[in-house]
Formats: sequence, structure tokens, C-alpha cells
Amino acid sequence: MRGRPLVAGTAVGDVLRLDEPLSFWGGFDGATGRIVDRRHPQSGQSVAGRILAMTSGKGSSSTSSVLAEAIREGTAPLAIIMAEPDEIVVLGAVVAEELYGVTMPVVLLAAKAWERLRPGQFVALQDDGTILM
Amino acid sequence: MRLSEDDQAALDGRRGEAQRLAMRVITRVGEAMGAADLLDITGAHIDSCLYHGQVGLDFAQRLLDGGGEVVVPTTLNVASLDLIHPELYRGDPDTGAAARQLMELYEALGCSPTWTCAPYQLEARPDFGDHVAWAESNAIVFANSVLGARTHRYGDFIDICAAITGRAPAAGLHLDENRLATFELRVEGVSPELVDRDLLYPVLGHFLGGVAGSEVAAITGLPSHLGEDRLKALGSAAASSGSVGLFHAVGSTPEAATLEQALGLNTPTRIVKVGPKQLRDARKELSTTASSKLGVVSLGTPHYSMAEFVRLAEVLGNQVVHRSVAMYVSTGRDVLLEIGLRGIARVLQDAGVQIVTDTCTYITPVMAEVDGVAMTDSAKWAYYAPGNLAVEVVFGSVEDCVRSAVVGRVVRDEDLWV
Repeated sequence: MRGRPLVAGTAVGDVLRLDEPLSFWGGFDGATGRIVDRRHPQSGQSVAGRILAMTSGKGSSSTSSVLAEAIREGTAPLAIIMAEPDEIVVLGAVVAEELYGVTMPVVLLAAKAWERLRPGQFVALQDDGTILM
Repeated sequence: MRLSEDDQAALDGRRGEAQRLAMRVITRVGEAMGAADLLDITGAHIDSCLYHGQVGLDFAQRLLDGGGEVVVPTTLNVASLDLIHPELYRGDPDTGAAARQLMELYEALGCSPTWTCAPYQLEARPDFGDHVAWAESNAIVFANSVLGARTHRYGDFIDICAAITGRAPAAGLHLDENRLATFELRVEGVSPELVDRDLLYPVLGHFLGGVAGSEVAAITGLPSHLGEDRLKALGSAAASSGSVGLFHAVGSTPEAATLEQALGLNTPTRIVKVGPKQLRDARKELSTTASSKLGVVSLGTPHYSMAEFVRLAEVLGNQVVHRSVAMYVSTGRDVLLEIGLRGIARVLQDAGVQIVTDTCTYITPVMAEVDGVAMTDSAKWAYYAPGNLAVEVVFGSVEDCVRSAVVGRVVRDEDLWV
């Protein structure tokens, strides 16, 4: 599948597909990499080291900071695949890259293509936004 | 993206490292947003001053070392410490010191130490049509919806980048075409008693966030000329349960004198009806427990306004908070000054209410260990506190909260919801 790289980079891993968007601030614990929003369907799961499939962003402006800090700490997802662009998520990734040279790619897929991502599926992201399944 | 000569000079590093880094962040995010160029802003509100770890310090320090200074009037959001009541901080001292350092860095960059999440309650606030770069989800939705100013949903880091360059991507909610409603939220069948209560608005906002995602709603079926505090409660709830950056309340907000004006040339994609059942469900979602053992009451998220304090003092009358309950109200230091002058701060203090400034009870450890459930009149607090503080929460009206605080257990008026 071909997406648009919002933050270009490569990643290989298994997909954690969220049933609902997540606000990293208030919904994610950067110390453990787990989802702590108790109302979230995937509450308790770890996003660390996985390719996070999340249709859109949500909630707090502080998500940028929480995500950038998680990238610095190594508890962030390997990459995020979205169906709607979200600047707050992009910002977190851009700043971590500018400051520390660590890249967490963010790829935008058309909604139909995004729907084809399966939980636990192994995928590889390429620089140009291509996703190999 | 088309860049002006000045933008390009900044990006090339000819204006120093701070301008280069700031312009780099703005253009990279602008490209992701699909912006064709950048526009001038007249002000900024910064959320990056709230401490979330080393990355915040590293970024602000890079900007300061690189000669960064804001070029537009810039206000600061809540931070992690109450500088007026520093004794309230119960967290780890090292984290407290780092949070303090971050606050000082943002002051050194030229921002005003306003420390409030409700900058729209300050005397100087944006006018209709002004382009600004605001972060803090509740402030964004208020600026766009209620003031008719224009800001996209900015996150941390780009807020200060915009403030020190005076530029922001010409995209998203800055542009006319993205400000029109795409669907109608029709309130119907709700009792006049409930429509007349402040309590309806956070519950309606919580519902709106769930159905809107990032879409712009035109809300019909509400009274016209709704007050700012009701619109604030509605917006802050919708920006927590969803990513709402703008809504139109027909007859109340400045871009929606009529439904037709709110929609412009758009045909609504759908009409979402919201009646008593949906509101009951939304209200239920805002509480995580049925326990009535009360430990703490927290009001003031977003920061209480002058009018909300007047109302609280009225409801409280000469009652006092029960000895087994801790009660907090968060507000900005400007409002604190005013309630001090009007004698309200003293009345609340004597009744056992702790006022918190510069921060909020759900972002930093100020509350004593909570024995029992937490109660709030804020849908936003109800939404985030269980995750942030590991507390069980009950949502209620300000009247419910005060009554519960006084008797020492959770009591809610259920009659409005039958």
C-alpha cells in the first residue's frame, strides 16, 4: 500500500490497531509505553516497539510533548499510521527528530487502505510512504 | 510550500539558530497540513511550558541559546507548579525543580507569566478575525468558536515557534473554507429545566466530541446568546472526548447567526439528533463509579472565571466543607487577584476551599492522597483525571459538588435526568 509520509522514515514491526483514537497526554504512560486511558478499548496494551495504527489524533495539545519524550525514552511506537493527518502527532515526531536525530515515521493512508491493516500483522514502512504487508 | 524572503532567510539560518529551528518545525508541520504558505499571527498562547520531561527543557533551551525571543504578545498556559501557593506541591522535588526551570525558560523567551489555560478570560484577548497560534485544546476551541479568532489546533513546540517567528502555516482552521460546519447537531426534546442549567453544556460537549471527531458542528436547538462559561464548558468537553477545534452554536457564536451562515455552501453530511437519552448516556460516561464515599471535590477545569466564582460563593452560602473532604478550585492568578479584591477568596478559604493557581489539580500532585472518590463539575477533568491520577470520578453540577462537599458524601440531583 502506498501512503503519504508526514514524517518520512523506515520501520518494521507488528501492527497495534486502535479501535479509537488515543490522546497520548492523559491516555498513555511514557514510563511504561502503555495505554492508561481506562475508557479506551485497548487500555493496558503497550504501544512501545509496535507500529501503531490510529485513524486520527484526539484531545490534548500536550500530546506533542508526551510523544516526543516517549521517542527520546524509547517507549514510543516504532511508527504511526493514520487515516487523517494530525499535526499534534506530527509535531512530536518532528521535534524528536530535530533535537535527537531519532525518527518515528508517521504515514497517512487513505481510509480504505487503513481499514486493511490487521491487528498483529507484520508490516514494513519505507521512506516514500510505501507499506509492505 | 511558498516561503517569503524572510521565512527563507530564517529557514536558512541567516537569522540565528532559534529562528532556523522554529521555521524548520513550522514548515515541516505546515507541509504535513498541506499549507501553501505561511501567514502572520498577532498573538500566541503556549502550552509547551507544562513539564512532560527532558524534551521540553532541551527544546526551550535550544531556542533561548539560539537567540529566540517572542515577536508577538504571548501568554503562557498552566504549568506544573503553583508559584503563588508553592507549598501545595507534593511531587518529586527533582521533577518540581525541572518544571520550575521550564517555566523560567519560557519567561526568558519573552512570554507573559499568565499561567492560565483560559487566556480568553484575560483582559487582552484576540478579536474577531485575528490569526493567532494557540495551543491548549480548550483555549483553541474557545478562540475559534466564541471569539471568532483563527487558530489551528496547535500542539506543544509549534506554539513557541510561531511566537518567535510571528508566522504560522496558512492551513486548517485559519482558512475560511475549513471553518464552515459540515454537520448539524440538533438538540431536541430536552426539558426547559435542563436547557436552563449550566450542567447541560459540559454533558452536551462530551457527546459532541464523541460524534464530531475533528469535524465542525453547527449546534441547533439551544437558546440563543449562551454565556461564555457555558460555551467554554461545552468546548472544553468536546476537545477532550474528541478533537474539536471549532463549533458553531447557532444564535450564540459569531460565525453562526443562522444555520445557513454556519454551513455556508456546505450541505450537511448528517444531522445528529441529541435528546434526553443521549444526554443521560453521556452524563453516565463521565462518571467511573457509583460509590458515594467522597474524598475530594475539584472545580475549575478550565480555570474558573470571575462569574463562576460568584456562582460558587452563592451556592456555598455560609456552609463549610466537611472535614473528611478536600475541596479545590483552580483558576488563573488574574482571577485570583479579582476575587481577592471582591472578598470572595476569603469567604471560600474560610469555608475550607483551597484555591489553586497557575496549574490544575489533575496535572501535578497537589491533592492529598484521596480516600474515596473525586467529584467535579468539569467534563474535561472527569475525562482525564482517572488516567492521570488513578482516581474514581463522579461528575455533577456545581450545586451537586457543593452539596456533596458539605455533607461529606456524593449526592446528585437525579430529577433533571429522568
